[in-house]
Amino acid sequence: MPETLIRALDELGVAYERATLDPEFQSELQGLLTHFVGRATPLYHAKRLGDEAGHPSVYLKREDLNHTGAHKINNTIAQALLARRMGKRRIIAETGAGQHGVATATACALFDLECIVYMGEEDVDRQALNVYRMELLGAEVRPVSSGTRTLKDATNEAIRDWVTNVDSTHYIIGSVVGPDPFPRMVRDFQSVIGREAREQILQVEGRLPGTVVACVGGGSNAMGMFHAFVPDEGVALVGVEAAGSGIDTGEHSASLSAGRPGVLHGSLSYLLQDDDGQVSPAHSISAGLDYPGVGPEHSYLKDAGRARYTAVTDDEALAAFHKLSLLEGIIPALESSHAIAHVLSEGAGYRDSGPVLVCLSGRGDKDVAYVARVEGRGSIL
Amino acid sequence: MISEAFRARRAEGQAALVPYVTAGYPGRDATVPVLEALAAAGADVIELGIPFSDPLADGPTIQKSSFDSLSNGTTVASVLRDVAVFRAAHATPVVLFTYLNPLLRYGLSAFIEDAVQAGANGLLVTDLPTGADLALESQVVGSPLDLIRLIAPTTEQARLTQVAQGGSGFIYYISRTGVTGAQSELRSSLAEEVRAVKTAVSLPVAVGFGVSTPAQAGTVARLADGVVVGSALVRILGDAGISAAADFLASLRAGMDQAPE
Repeated sequence: MPETLIRALDELGVAYERATLDPEFQSELQGLLTHFVGRATPLYHAKRLGDEAGHPSVYLKREDLNHTGAHKINNTIAQALLARRMGKRRIIAETGAGQHGVATATACALFDLECIVYMGEEDVDRQALNVYRMELLGAEVRPVSSGTRTLKDATNEAIRDWVTNVDSTHYIIGSVVGPDPFPRMVRDFQSVIGREAREQILQVEGRLPGTVVACVGGGSNAMGMFHAFVPDEGVALVGVEAAGSGIDTGEHSASLSAGRPGVLHGSLSYLLQDDDGQVSPAHSISAGLDYPGVGPEHSYLKDAGRARYTAVTDDEALAAFHKLSLLEGIIPALESSHAIAHVLSEGAGYRDSGPVLVCLSGRGDKDVAYVARVEGRGSIL
Repeated sequence: MISEAFRARRAEGQAALVPYVTAGYPGRDATVPVLEALAAAGADVIELGIPFSDPLADGPTIQKSSFDSLSNGTTVASVLRDVAVFRAAHATPVVLFTYLNPLLRYGLSAFIEDAVQAGANGLLVTDLPTGADLALESQVVGSPLDLIRLIAPTTEQARLTQVAQGGSGFIYYISRTGVTGAQSELRSSLAEEVRAVKTAVSLPVAVGFGVSTPAQAGTVARLADGVVVGSALVRILGDAGISAAADFLASLRAGMDQAPE
């Protein structure tokens, strides 16, 4: 990170620590999560999906039922509250699929904060609906045309904005990436997912899951889901990355499966890069997974052998997108479809170790038009 | 070597002129001719950028030069080869200016060894602020390369001394919050800020970020020990070529040496 941001990062670390110890902050956040976001989200026993996968007890943690349609709002509401405490009235964010941008714009509308969202030009095109949603919520969407024109470059541009306007501005990072304290702070704000799910499955099944599955781009829904289960040694944690056109093709976003350690956006983690240390372009059908880095704590869990990371291709994710829609009446986000695809192909193998818990991180409404286009149905919007 | 260059200017009552250029820009073979032209036009120390795919501390001009340079096929190794060629015939100190990841991939100790071998004199890593990675920092500090430290307007007083301690060569004061890029006006508080930094550190202080005219260079020269010019120079280099860039640099030198009106 540039020297200019050091003071802001230090101040943020202190403010965050104070907020976690402040019962008033906690109760305000809790109230908003309950009454505005709609938590707790249900844990749903997906029997038809389980039949198809060859496992009788597959459970979906329904983060798609949150207000704004994904887990992202757990973090943005909390960070916006924190920004308000810090006296910062201007909020910036990066977004890939647009879900984090929408969740940030929503929190800013709620707290009457100025909101600017950086979004790669390619994603602006892929996720036109979310661009309009952000604008409806009063945010300004700034398309980013540099580099690969996706999430990585939107993040670069957000950091440049922050360096320039650091005194007035808080940067709401959308994933467990970036410099400290962001990875642990975003993890903590998302860890409500796993805490609820752990309680819920104990209630329904009377036991812990054998396997917990979540998709991984930057890795915030996975980190939020895994965190409560990390001490439960018998619970296998599986992160599913985007293999894009296939890991062998080089067109993918599987940093943990195929990357090497490197530094991007202020943290040391697995990174897609070439032999000269230049960051390689990521590829995924899902804009939210289209990121060449990954949260540093995922790298830690991988190296420590506590979590396993695997990857599924665009085609497998698309097939799972359709399958879940037909089998359960739930249209999943393309990001979450990666986790579903993994359960469909590997679920039977998890039968002996107990229930499978899957984080359904978002709903697929935002992807419907794009999938229709990819599948040759033309423009339906 | 680097602080000597500053000292030599100061002995004459002048400030040092420190141009920044991106290696491999505007063309793959441009690096050595550009370095030679800058040295001839009055550069006291040259900052040579090793391009990175994600230059998040840089504004549009240096971003573009970095992307173009990478498309031209520039690599860490090719930049070091260019430095060696330049060094064979010129004494002007060279600071390698880059981001951390290309150095990590190359291997920091191998990089330091090869950079010293090539004749580089200093290293500035934009995204490795003081205290971020003590092991890496001490590798540079323990090497013949000067570790050029950055101080920003947001750097707190208590941190100034810490930043200065591990640094050598000179201190680079970032004249405003923001990314690199030419500015039409310098901040009015600049004089006061530079004075505060100079009080806290014993190394020469160069001021950069936003210097783009002879008049601005003159103003900064009267406040600080050195003037860094980057984006304005890189833009001229890209738009009008090497000799125009050298003329521009010479005009800054003239602006710096002119008595205040």
